[in-house]
Amino acid sequence: MKISPGGVIRDMGSTVNTKTGGWRSERPVIDNDKCIECGSCWIFCPDSSIIVTTSGNRRTYSVNLDFCKGCGICANECPSAAIKMILEEK
Amino acid sequence: MEIAADIPSYVRCRQKCETSLIANRCWKFSQTVKEVSDKELFASGHRACAGCGGTLAIRYALKALGPNTICTNATGCMEVVSSPYPEISWKVPWIHQAFENSAASASGVESALKALGRKKGVNVVAFGGDGGTFDIGLQSLSGAMERGHDLTYICYDNEAYMNTGVQRSGSTPYGAMTTTSPPGKLSFGEDRQKKDMPHIIAAHGVPYVATASVALPLDYMAKVKKAAAIEGPAYVQVYSPCPVGWGSDPAKSIEIGRLAVDTGMIVLYEIENGVSKVSYRPPEKIPVREFLKTQKRFRHLTDDKIAEIQGFVDERWDKTFR
Repeated sequence: MKISPGGVIRDMGSTVNTKTGGWRSERPVIDNDKCIECGSCWIFCPDSSIIVTTSGNRRTYSVNLDFCKGCGICANECPSAAIKMILEEK
Repeated sequence: MEIAADIPSYVRCRQKCETSLIANRCWKFSQTVKEVSDKELFASGHRACAGCGGTLAIRYALKALGPNTICTNATGCMEVVSSPYPEISWKVPWIHQAFENSAASASGVESALKALGRKKGVNVVAFGGDGGTFDIGLQSLSGAMERGHDLTYICYDNEAYMNTGVQRSGSTPYGAMTTTSPPGKLSFGEDRQKKDMPHIIAAHGVPYVATASVALPLDYMAKVKKAAAIEGPAYVQVYSPCPVGWGSDPAKSIEIGRLAVDTGMIVLYEIENGVSKVSYRPPEKIPVREFLKTQKRFRHLTDDKIAEIQGFVDERWDKTFR
């Protein structure tokens, strides 16, 4: 690998090229019927892997499984228990 | 503490959520932050462990600071996980240098910007872990604070040298197990109290010093915003749970951060121009045992030791919340 002078990295935010989702052993599943749109999962995600989509005045949350490491913070913090962690199986 | 009533997008959840009526359980308790940026300036794909509190500290800080920010970073977890060459997580200009000179580099950046007349509107922020702040980086931090550079220093405090394998630092609390303070026949773990870093920095006469926790993101973001807006040096210390070093469940990182505040293990306050103000008052005091039992680093503690720690906490609690 060629190293740039001074070790300068010009491609900002390029860690997205590495999918850390492979580290996961449990996967969060969001039940949109129970979701109260508080955004706790989004704010507390250390991997910024909760995707928020807004349609009208309804927000839906989904998980970007490319980066989710399965820590379970979202499931633990969800005030309405709308997120469950299920085991990743082949 | 009341929940912010005027954040429009939150109205819906407040109507439905019963638990959020208890302010400390809800992350939206701050009155000063009305809007949280959707923009992620700290990209996904960083190599932090699952449930890392430190990455949250950076993510929130960058959300509060915005893209017009130049960061310097001491060696530590957050440097290692965010810059696996040739990739980088940061979407703002970022410099990594040696362990001890995060603050020195930031003062250089700030001086250069001033000399070029381009400082206006640019936040210069130095990040450091507790090792790079409390121990190794203390001299350069002290220098930067004393010289009065217009920069913000953010210390993400995970209470030991986590990156190198959990060695004790000046920040390690009393009784905690680390690889260099192991409990055994002759030892009960760390035998020194946590260094009172915010007050050491405040003694430099800096205009703004604050402590925060990643479990209360809006409070933290408000403090970072305030620190960046203030002319002159500012120091923010943010409590960042580390599941690997603390031996806790990754899912409980935020819960532990909240418990630390509610039990009185850490106190959230601001010192503005020498005037100290408590910024968060726990609704009720939880016994410190509830906090200690969530982490393996405290599992060797006997009832006597827990009572001793409770004693320290009570003393601090009475002093702070009287």
